[in-house]
Amino acid sequence: MSFNIIVLAKQVPDTRNVGKDAMKEDGTINRAALPAIFNPEDLNALEQALRIKDANPGSTVTVLTMGLPRAAEIVREAMYRGADAGIVLTDRPFGGADTLATSYSLAQAVKKFGNYDLILGGRQAIDGDTAQVGPQIAEKLGIPQITYAEEIVDLNPKDIAVKRRLEHGVETVKAPLPCVVTVNGTAADCRPRNAMRVMKYKYAASPSEKAALPAERQKLLEERPYLNINEWNAAFVEADPAQIGLPGSPTKVKTVVNVVFTAKENLRLENNDEQLENLIKDLIANHTIG
Amino acid sequence: MAEDKNNLIVYCEYEDGKVADVSLELLTKGRVLADKLGVNLEAIVIGDKLEGIEEQVFPYGVDRLYKVQDDRLYPYTSNPHSSVLINLFREIKPQICLMGATCIGRDLGPRVSSCLHSGLTADCTALEIGDHTDPKTGKEYTDLLYQIRPAFGGNIVATIVNPECRPQMATVREGVMKKEIKDPNYKGEVIDLDPKKYVSDEDFVVEIIDRHIEKSKINIKNSPIIVAGGYGMGSKEGFELLYKLADTLGAEVGASRAAVDAGFAEHERQIGQTGVTVRPKLYIACGISGQIQHIAGMQESSIIISINSDPNAPINTIADYVITGNVEDVVPKLIKYYKKNSK
Repeated sequence: MSFNIIVLAKQVPDTRNVGKDAMKEDGTINRAALPAIFNPEDLNALEQALRIKDANPGSTVTVLTMGLPRAAEIVREAMYRGADAGIVLTDRPFGGADTLATSYSLAQAVKKFGNYDLILGGRQAIDGDTAQVGPQIAEKLGIPQITYAEEIVDLNPKDIAVKRRLEHGVETVKAPLPCVVTVNGTAADCRPRNAMRVMKYKYAASPSEKAALPAERQKLLEERPYLNINEWNAAFVEADPAQIGLPGSPTKVKTVVNVVFTAKENLRLENNDEQLENLIKDLIANHTIG
Repeated sequence: MAEDKNNLIVYCEYEDGKVADVSLELLTKGRVLADKLGVNLEAIVIGDKLEGIEEQVFPYGVDRLYKVQDDRLYPYTSNPHSSVLINLFREIKPQICLMGATCIGRDLGPRVSSCLHSGLTADCTALEIGDHTDPKTGKEYTDLLYQIRPAFGGNIVATIVNPECRPQMATVREGVMKKEIKDPNYKGEVIDLDPKKYVSDEDFVVEIIDRHIEKSKINIKNSPIIVAGGYGMGSKEGFELLYKLADTLGAEVGASRAAVDAGFAEHERQIGQTGVTVRPKLYIACGISGQIQHIAGMQESSIIISINSDPNAPINTIADYVITGNVEDVVPKLIKYYKKNSK
């Protein structure tokens, strides 16, 4: 048996390593100062997909991402680790989308893709932490969802069993295929790049990238179809213009402010015995401790 | 009762016959917002064995409780609970729906919002009522729900509104809002909804094979003293020192997101916007630089002590006491002097 698997992935700014220069003077984000990375939990999802492919020869893993044309970078990264193909959903009208408009757009791409058995994605992306796109895609496609997945414990052509990691425990659920599974960061780490695959796919490119390449690299892409990363736009996935991008987003950002905490007056202590003992004595005296 | 339409509704979770704290916190906030809007506060509980559950929610000022009882509705699965909310909301048209940013709320909210095409904002840290003018069209909106949340790793705070779509939906994490009884004798009405009208058999597609839910042994939310460690602790072993201090003081150990991501501490210990919000009487931050998303989860602590080798660590600005030095040096001294001076 074999399965066609779509892995949803997002290229995100690395918000976990926000340095001092990440914010501009005016309080806006200096995106240039933040490296763009493969959303970490999407890598956990990719690993689950690759395990299915390993266990079921003939299965395919296709990465689907929405973003700027440069998101082809994470498709190549996924290819180096084991993905077969990739789609970059990119178009100016997709810009400014909230989670609902994003899930509509991605669901349209999934419909266009057609023959799929399973959709895997990370639980949430680190730039928004909303965890909303997975369940919303499932709803738009009219299929079940399994969130907070930690391990796929069984998969057969009819259904999938998944262990979920919840706040206070674990739960194993079974859902019919096709369905959407969003994977937790506590799931198995993604395998590293495979050297042979890096050799094979390093010249993979999307049409946007191809246009800027020298003639011999363009020729290579024509000779080897597997190197072509698909690039789909709104018209191609038959997206309703009223449901994508800013117009398709029910939520609007009213204001954004840089966070400044009002500084308290504080007592600065040296790391010496006398000052530390006095601090402890004070805390005991005012019943904070003891 | 106030004008009885377009009310505010809170989806209440329960386990072992007890309504979840996060739901009671949202009812408390919901009561305040409903008063501001001049509407009623409604609650919905979906599940099994719901007898007497109204006694738990009415004291928070609930005017109407919807109960949907069916043994197949417990434990929670996505589709049946989504269907109840979707079908009920089409009927009663609430203007606001709040739910906990829990594994359930974060699974349920998006599914409902997608179907109703209503906006949903995750992990809000504040909710207010206010007006809004569309910057492009100039159209004015009154009494919208301001959904306020940190974004971008907590470096900015965004106010989100849903001008056109209803209900305006938001999730809030446990501990962010305060739980407060409005009136122990407050009485609302109970409406038992017929599950057959709201859920179809086809909704029960996902089957729970196995379930192990344990009460967490870690209780940082209610601990009066918290010793928290950051990435600066360097390792899981580095955290041992913090457990020693916590044992000495009768405290719980918390951690920053960076420390949890690095595997130094369990996820249940994470303090901050994407973890737990705490308000202890004493918070000792050890090797925590103080990313905004962390500070958002502990800034209301009564007394904050920051121990950091960097005298300019951002967390120092909100600390009452700043000890500049290595945690490995300072903490053993604190233990020593506590033992010496306490009775």
